[in-house]
Amino acid sequence: MRIDIEDLHVAYTGRTVVAGAHLVAAEGEITGLVGPNGSGKSTLLRSVYRHLKPTAGRVLLAGTDLRELTPVQSARHIAALPQERGGDFELTVHEVVAMGRTPYKRAFAGDDAADRDVIARALAGVGMTAAAGRRFTTLSGGERQRVLLARAFAQNPDVLVLDEPTNHLDVRHQVELLALLRTQRRTTLVSLHDLNAAASVCDRLHVLHAGAVIASGPPRQVLTPALLAEVFGVRAAVVDHPLTGDPLIAFDHRAPAGTETAAAAEMATGG
Amino acid sequence: MISALSSRSSSRRTSTTDASPDDARGLPAGPLALVLAVALLAALTAAVAWGSTSIPPGEVWGVVWRRLSGEAPRPGTNDLIVWQLRVPRAVLAALVGAGLGLVGTAVQALVRNPLADPYLLGISNGASLGAVASIVLGLGAGGALGLGLSGAAFAGALATFALVWAVARRGGGFAPLRLVLAGVAIGQFLSGFTSYLVLRAGDEQQTHSVLFWLMGSLSGASWPLVAVPAVVVPAALLWLQARARGLNALLMGDETAAGLGVHVTRLRRELFTVTSVLTGVLVAVSGAIAFVALMVPHACRLVVGGDHRRLLPVSALFGALLLVVVDIVCRTAMDSQELPVGVVTSLIGAPALLYLLNRRLGSDS
Repeated sequence: MRIDIEDLHVAYTGRTVVAGAHLVAAEGEITGLVGPNGSGKSTLLRSVYRHLKPTAGRVLLAGTDLRELTPVQSARHIAALPQERGGDFELTVHEVVAMGRTPYKRAFAGDDAADRDVIARALAGVGMTAAAGRRFTTLSGGERQRVLLARAFAQNPDVLVLDEPTNHLDVRHQVELLALLRTQRRTTLVSLHDLNAAASVCDRLHVLHAGAVIASGPPRQVLTPALLAEVFGVRAAVVDHPLTGDPLIAFDHRAPAGTETAAAAEMATGG
Repeated sequence: MISALSSRSSSRRTSTTDASPDDARGLPAGPLALVLAVALLAALTAAVAWGSTSIPPGEVWGVVWRRLSGEAPRPGTNDLIVWQLRVPRAVLAALVGAGLGLVGTAVQALVRNPLADPYLLGISNGASLGAVASIVLGLGAGGALGLGLSGAAFAGALATFALVWAVARRGGGFAPLRLVLAGVAIGQFLSGFTSYLVLRAGDEQQTHSVLFWLMGSLSGASWPLVAVPAVVVPAALLWLQARARGLNALLMGDETAAGLGVHVTRLRRELFTVTSVLTGVLVAVSGAIAFVALMVPHACRLVVGGDHRRLLPVSALFGALLLVVVDIVCRTAMDSQELPVGVVTSLIGAPALLYLLNRRLGSDS
C-alpha cells in the first residue's frame, strides 16, 4: 500500500509546523524524509500514524483518506516507531511486542495461537527471540529499538513509519537496523538524521525545509552540494562510496556553508 | 541475585535455559489469583471471627449462609455481631482495598508514572475537605461517621474533579505532567482549608473524629455504606479490564498508543473520570487511607509483570487481602482503642515497598 500526502498542514503546540507538504511513499519502497532540526519531519510522520490531526490537506492510504478510517482500522495497515522510550513498568520484551496485536483485539480478548505465532515471528525477525522473557528496560538501546521494531511488525502493517530509528544507536546497531528495514520490502516512510544512511538505504528521498517538501527524488538526484548548502547550511562534496557505489556526502566539518562567501564579501567591502 | 519475586517462571514459549537475572517474566497470574482469592476468603473469615467476642469460623459461615438464604437467624447466637457489625466491615475493607489497588494501577498508567498515587490528583483532598467541613461545621446530618459525612466527602471529590479537569484539560488531552501539577496544586490549596477547619474544630471530640477520618478508617462500616462501593468497585474493574490493552499502550507513550489505534485523548479523559469517581467513592466511605494505592500495584507489578490484563485483577485481589488483614490488626492490636487503618498501612507499606525496591535493584545490577 502506498501513502500519498497532499498539501498537508499540521500544527503542533499551536504553531504550524508542516505547511503544504506533498509527498509519496511508493509501494514496497523505502522513502526517506530528511531535513534540518525543526523542519517538520516528526510532525509530518505523527500525522501519518494519527497522533496529530492535519489542520488542512490529507494523508491517503492506498487512495483512502485516513479521516475516513477509524484509528483502529488504520493501525491495522500503518505501524509506527516513534521516538518515545516508555516508562519503567516491568514490561517484558514479549509483552511489548504483544502490544502490536492491540488493533486486532476486542475488549477482554486474550492472545490466541495466531497472535502468539505473529509475536514469535516478529521477535525472530529482529533476532530477539532469546530475550522474550527479559525486562524491556534492561535492554541496550540497540536491543530496545529492535524490540520496538518487532512490535511494529506484530501489527502486520502494510506501511511502516519510523521516526529517526537510528537515533542514539552506535554505528553497528544503526547498520543492523537499516539492513533489517531493507530486507522487509514493506512500504516504509522513515525520517533519518544521517544523510549518508539515507543516501544508502532509501529508494527515494524527500527534503523537508520549513514545513514543506522542497526536493524529491532518488538520493543521488536530491543530495547535491547546492541543496546541502541551502537547506542544511553545510559545505559538502558528494562522491561515490568506494565500497557500495552509493552517494557519499563528505562534509566540511571545519566551517559551515557560506563562510567563505561571507569572508569574501567582508574583504570586498572592507578593502 | 535471583529473588523469589523476580525469579522467572517457565513460560510456554521461552527456553528455560537462559536464566539471566534480569529476566522479569512474571509469575503465572492464574494460580496466583487463585491463591490470593483463597487467602482473601480466609482473611475475611478471620476478620469476622476475631474481635472482642471470638466467634468460631463455622458459626460465622452459618450466620452468613442463613442470612443469604433468607432463613430466620437462630436465636441466642452472635447473629447481630456477625451480620450487622463485622461482615459489613470486612466486606468494606475488601472493597476499599480492591478499589485502591485498581485506582492506583489506573492512575499510574494515566500519568505514566509507576510511583503515582490517586491522591496526587487532588481528589482525596477535596473529599477530605468535604468530610471535615461536615464534621466541623455540622453540614452533614448528625456529623457522626454516617452517610451524611460520606455524602459530603463524595461531593468534595466531585467538585475537585471538576476543578482539576477545568485546569488540566487544555488541548483536551490531559497530558500527564499537566494533570499531576494541576492535581497537586489544587490538592494543596484544598488541604490548606482542611487544616484551617481542623484548627477551628470546637472541641476535642470533634478534632479526634476529624483526625481519625483523615487517617482513614473503616469503623463507620454498615450495610448502607457498603452498597455504593459494592457496585462501583466491580464496575471499575470490568471497565478497566476491558481497556487493559489500551492501558498497556499508554505505558509506552501517547504516540505509540496512537499508532496502535488507541484513541489516546478519549482514553485519558475517561480514565481520569473513572479514577476520580472511584477515588471519591473510596475516600467517602473510608477516609484517605495512605499508601495502599501506591504500594499494591507496584508490588503486584514486581510479581506478575506490567501487563494490565494480569495486573488489574491481581492488584484488586491483593489490595483487598491487604486491607482486610490490616483492618484485623487495627481492631485487635490495642485493647483500649482502635488504630486508624492509614497509620498501619503507612507503617507496614513503606518498609515493604523499600524492601521490594531493594530486591529489584539487586537483580538489576
